[in-house]
Amino acid sequence: MFSLPDFTVIFMNDFLRRLKALVLKEYYQLMRDSSSLTIGIIIPIMLILLIGYGLTLDIKNVPTAVVLEDASPTVQDMLSFMTGSEYFETHYVTSMREAEKLMSQRKAEAIVRIPSDFTSKLKRGHADIQIILWGVDAATARTAGGYIEAGIAQWQAANRANYPVASTGKGAVVVTSRQWFNDANTSTWVFVPGLVVMIVTLVGVFLTTMVMAREWERGTLESLFVSPVRILEILLSKIIPYFCVAMCGFWLCIFAARVLFNVPIHGSFLIILFSSVIYLIASLGMGLTISSTIRSQFLASQIALLVSMMPTMMLSGFMFDLRSSPLVIQAVGHILPATFYMELIKSLFLAGNNWPMIIKNCSVLTLYAIFFIILSFKVTRKRLE
Amino acid sequence: MHDSLSLFLRRVLFMIRKELITTLRDPKSQIILILPVLVQGFLYGYVANYNLDEAPYAVLDQSRSKYSVELVSKFDGSGLFKRARTLSNATQIADCIDSGDTVMVLTIGPEFAKQIASGQSAPIQVITDGRNTMTSGVVAGYASAIVANYNSELQNNQNLIDVKSITWYNPNQLTHWGFLASLLPMMSLSQIMMLAGLSVAREREDGTFEQLLVTPLGPIEILIGKAVPPILIGLAQCTLVLMLSVFWFKVKFVGSLATLYLTLLIFLISCVGIGLSISAISSSMQQVMVYNFVVLMPIMLLSGMSTPVRNMPEVLQYITYINPLRFAIEAVRRIYLEGATLGIIAPDFIPMVIVAAVTMPTAGWLFRHKLS
Amino acid sequence: MQPAYVVETEQLSKFFKDKASKTQITALTDLNIKIEKGKLTALIGPDGAGKTTLMRMICGLMVPSEGKLTVLGRDITDRPQLVQNLLSYMPQKFGLYEDLTCQENMNLYADLHGVPQDVRKERFAKLLHMTGLAPFTGRLAGKLSGGMKQKLGLACTLVRSPSLLLLDEPTVGVDPLSRRELWEILKQLVSDEHISVLVSTAYMDEAAMCQHIIMLNHGKVLANETPEALLDVARGLCFVAATPPGIPARNLQAALLDDKENVIDAVPESGNVRFTVHSTDCIEKLAALKAFPGLQTWPVDVSLEDSFMMLLKKSETDPDDSPEFSLEYNKMPERSDQVLIEVRDLVRKFGDFIAVNNTSFQVHKGEIFGLLGPNGAGKSTTFKMLCGLLPATSGVLSVAGMDLRTARAQARANVGYVAQKFSMYANMSVKQNLRFFGGVYGLEPRHLNERIEEVMREFNLTSVAQKSAGDLPGGYKQRLSMAVGLIHRPPILFLDEPTSGIDPVARRTFWRQITAFAAAGTTIIITTHFMEEAEYCDRIMIQDQGKMIILGTPEHVRKEGGNSRTMNEAFISIVETNRNAGT
Repeated sequence: MFSLPDFTVIFMNDFLRRLKALVLKEYYQLMRDSSSLTIGIIIPIMLILLIGYGLTLDIKNVPTAVVLEDASPTVQDMLSFMTGSEYFETHYVTSMREAEKLMSQRKAEAIVRIPSDFTSKLKRGHADIQIILWGVDAATARTAGGYIEAGIAQWQAANRANYPVASTGKGAVVVTSRQWFNDANTSTWVFVPGLVVMIVTLVGVFLTTMVMAREWERGTLESLFVSPVRILEILLSKIIPYFCVAMCGFWLCIFAARVLFNVPIHGSFLIILFSSVIYLIASLGMGLTISSTIRSQFLASQIALLVSMMPTMMLSGFMFDLRSSPLVIQAVGHILPATFYMELIKSLFLAGNNWPMIIKNCSVLTLYAIFFIILSFKVTRKRLE
Repeated sequence: MHDSLSLFLRRVLFMIRKELITTLRDPKSQIILILPVLVQGFLYGYVANYNLDEAPYAVLDQSRSKYSVELVSKFDGSGLFKRARTLSNATQIADCIDSGDTVMVLTIGPEFAKQIASGQSAPIQVITDGRNTMTSGVVAGYASAIVANYNSELQNNQNLIDVKSITWYNPNQLTHWGFLASLLPMMSLSQIMMLAGLSVAREREDGTFEQLLVTPLGPIEILIGKAVPPILIGLAQCTLVLMLSVFWFKVKFVGSLATLYLTLLIFLISCVGIGLSISAISSSMQQVMVYNFVVLMPIMLLSGMSTPVRNMPEVLQYITYINPLRFAIEAVRRIYLEGATLGIIAPDFIPMVIVAAVTMPTAGWLFRHKLS
Repeated sequence: MQPAYVVETEQLSKFFKDKASKTQITALTDLNIKIEKGKLTALIGPDGAGKTTLMRMICGLMVPSEGKLTVLGRDITDRPQLVQNLLSYMPQKFGLYEDLTCQENMNLYADLHGVPQDVRKERFAKLLHMTGLAPFTGRLAGKLSGGMKQKLGLACTLVRSPSLLLLDEPTVGVDPLSRRELWEILKQLVSDEHISVLVSTAYMDEAAMCQHIIMLNHGKVLANETPEALLDVARGLCFVAATPPGIPARNLQAALLDDKENVIDAVPESGNVRFTVHSTDCIEKLAALKAFPGLQTWPVDVSLEDSFMMLLKKSETDPDDSPEFSLEYNKMPERSDQVLIEVRDLVRKFGDFIAVNNTSFQVHKGEIFGLLGPNGAGKSTTFKMLCGLLPATSGVLSVAGMDLRTARAQARANVGYVAQKFSMYANMSVKQNLRFFGGVYGLEPRHLNERIEEVMREFNLTSVAQKSAGDLPGGYKQRLSMAVGLIHRPPILFLDEPTSGIDPVARRTFWRQITAFAAAGTTIIITTHFMEEAEYCDRIMIQDQGKMIILGTPEHVRKEGGNSRTMNEAFISIVETNRNAGT
């Protein structure tokens, strides 16, 4: 007797009523379970503070021992670039033995040795300087070594004329380097956008992985399945609250980026928001897929760590530049949704709107979102087998 | 006296054997203990690399002179850079950097040749991508080195000062050497803490812990029985990483194996102590996992593995004194690459030993008293 | 038009794949049953008979491997959701959300089933009243006692009147009082709302209350009749034997039970022993007559349990693999006045809540001492304190002269312990478990192997020695727990609800062992939910709401409980009298 629209209304009413009930249940559970709150709120705050304040790749204050076997005013003039530089923290010693001792106590990571005959040889037109670098921390060693050599080269170029050394009369090339997108030259600017990716992944995949597996483990699904509830409603009821938690984390990061760390947002904020939502949906889909398939909280969380957090840290370009790693690993890095999201977010924060990239990466993320959401529906069945 | 000692040892051995069986009998848990170690070992070996080979770069040569061609050929021939694009005007620079296709754009101004020939300084510009500060720094360093070399050639290698630079312990300045060495303690840490933590929580959830508490086993026996197996597994994982690093990545181990294993042993004891204490205060496996996560985050981030401790804010630097991983990484890297002796790294043991000395007895005491 | 049957099966079969051994396990074969509309139907059978599998298939959670299954007139494989809209199902372990309150759990299910607000108010009030949960609506479900959780599960299942109600062992682990209340709710539903109900149960007195009984064993139908028709199976074959003075009833029961040629089943009842025989002429040939010359026997009315046991024993084709324990049936137990366990003014508080209040009792050497009480009465708390797993708030407590909690470790070697929950290491093999526990109990290495072989023989575990403990069937798990508890030959044995969740056959075997241990001089303390099991004990104590309400021999307790015939009735009467007096 009823017309089709009426039927749709009834169906929608039932659907919304059940969905509301399930979301409410999920909300109560979330608010009463300290571990979900810890992962959803406390860990993100901790990550923001630790990564924002604690992590820096900038090479500064490298402890350097300067062995002044020759302490003439010329030498002091030559080395003046080190004092007062933020890159070095210099200790002056008089013998190589002392310097080596400092290095073995980890109080020096570089040694600059000015031999005793330095000034006299210099006056004859050719002198040597020895640099010893602590190679265990190779990144610091290389950069510190580069700075020292460049400083000496500069002094040399400026003072060449005063010494009896053959000259071709040619000028010298001077490098001025400019870093785009990072005026402050600080890795915090790079880490903070990466943090957005980390936190969205943490909540989206890791936390969500636990929730479906928890229902399997506690046997709550058996009773739930034998009710008018549809799979769509169960999955949506998991997605909606955790979507909100992840968005809280997202806003927290944006707030920290702007207020605590003064990271600029050169691109469009709306696109940042939009791409984050898409990435989050993909993450939620992935989390639910793992969770529904594995059905054990411990195993599921281990797998979530292995397929989401670890690659996000290592392969998405958060810590390491993949361009110099083997092709296989680059390929693995480039199938991760996190890589696309990371690239996009960093650019939007630091570079601005680069439309071809925005369109490409957003489309890839959208495909991932659709894929994982469909997959999560495929693997969740109202069956106990 | 002798009898009670042998009884004690026998009970502890039974405990250890039981723990090893329950942990390792399931093939799934064997995989969980080995796979992440291998995957991370390979990843760090390949990825944790701040050395660039054939980094793509672009050139904008507005000079088009003998000198500029010479300089660019130095870049091309260095093996460090690979020309990806040759630009014709400055408006193309933005796209090169924005798209991330090149790590650097080298621009040589129109006055370049004239400046060189007339003995002036001839500026060139190196533009790098600041979205990755590390790469950007490395690229700028490479460029300076190539230019310095070229300058020296311009003077027919008649230099006023020769700088002889050598790098100890790692002559080619390969960053993954340090990372792989750090991985030895770091890799086992996360899993061992979790393993130790879960082993007690699982027994509580399965009800076997009560069965254990009604046996004549004392807290010390339970503690040793719970602590030794994760330590053994941790040592095995370390050995796996060590072999990977020595035989696959060819990072030469120059120290003494005995010192290395002693360091790892002390470190693992402190980790297991933390793990057991966490499990003693948690009531479920889920809680153990979450607390572990909360504790692991700062331990890893503040370990100085990828970012030096000295650059952290002072407050955080003080906090690192209770971080056993910080000292383990420092000690292991130095044993591995420097061949540091026991005497040199001994001070690093103190914080680890203190952590172990606090956490172990706490965990042991909590075993029996937690139930109430 | 509604079909006359709510469930119809045709050649219904279900197979599972066992991943470990790659073999196929048959759960149900060629089932042909019809369940009538508007009736209360019971599903009975021992563990592993296929009851839960059948239930799960009916509600569409499992797909039949072969055959046809029609539920409420629809093929269940077609559109399971349509059937799921109409029926309600309470699984064995109802998945309450533990961090939601009672009210929130009920609201959730009411919303899911679309119960209108106006109907809901009335319905909730009724359900809360029936289940007695009204005062606890704001309490988190996780904080309820076992029986209350079960009742809340039922309330959630009944937020609306379904066309078909499926209940999978709703009363497991529920004490007699709560059980009676649950069944009253059920009976009322069937009479008031004409719901069709299918309920599986391990209790025969519950099955007797149903209008129809389906009995399964090994995935096949053993019986499909009314309770009256089922009683005919054992009618005329039930007798009672009078226990000779000075002999515990359990010894006579053991003598009868061991006589497999003549006797099918025997249980102690009201101080005597009830037993069933293969045929009436077996009475003359009873082996027990040798141990007890002049044993008096007389016929009694048949009960459902008698028929059940008879059908079950007759359908078993496999040889009985239950372990044998030799016993001198007619040996008088040595009564010793030596007090092994002493409890005086024991109190245990959790915050404001008094779990155990001023409890005092003594257990003598060689006694079987039973701790009984409804859910949450304080049995488990008392028990844990005795074992040294929980400190007492105040009071004196000594086991063999020591408080196990503070005693040196070696004192615990005097005690064997079998926990309520299966608490062996699930992924270790049977032998590895025995070796571990034997080792930590300090058995000499050279004796250890011998002793392991010995207990494995005693408890018939040799055939499963290499199997993982977690994969064992229920009965084997029980035996392994006992073997571990006894590996060091303790003089005192603590058993915490060892028989909950195991079927009647396994329970007989279990008590037969206990009888043998008691005869050998072991002191045994046991808690149980099955009131009839109190008949095996020398003395029992009943606790309610933390207080000890009666202590004495089973006979004494029955007398106090209004001269009840069964322990169940006595228990209900005593607890109720006590509660009424208290309020």
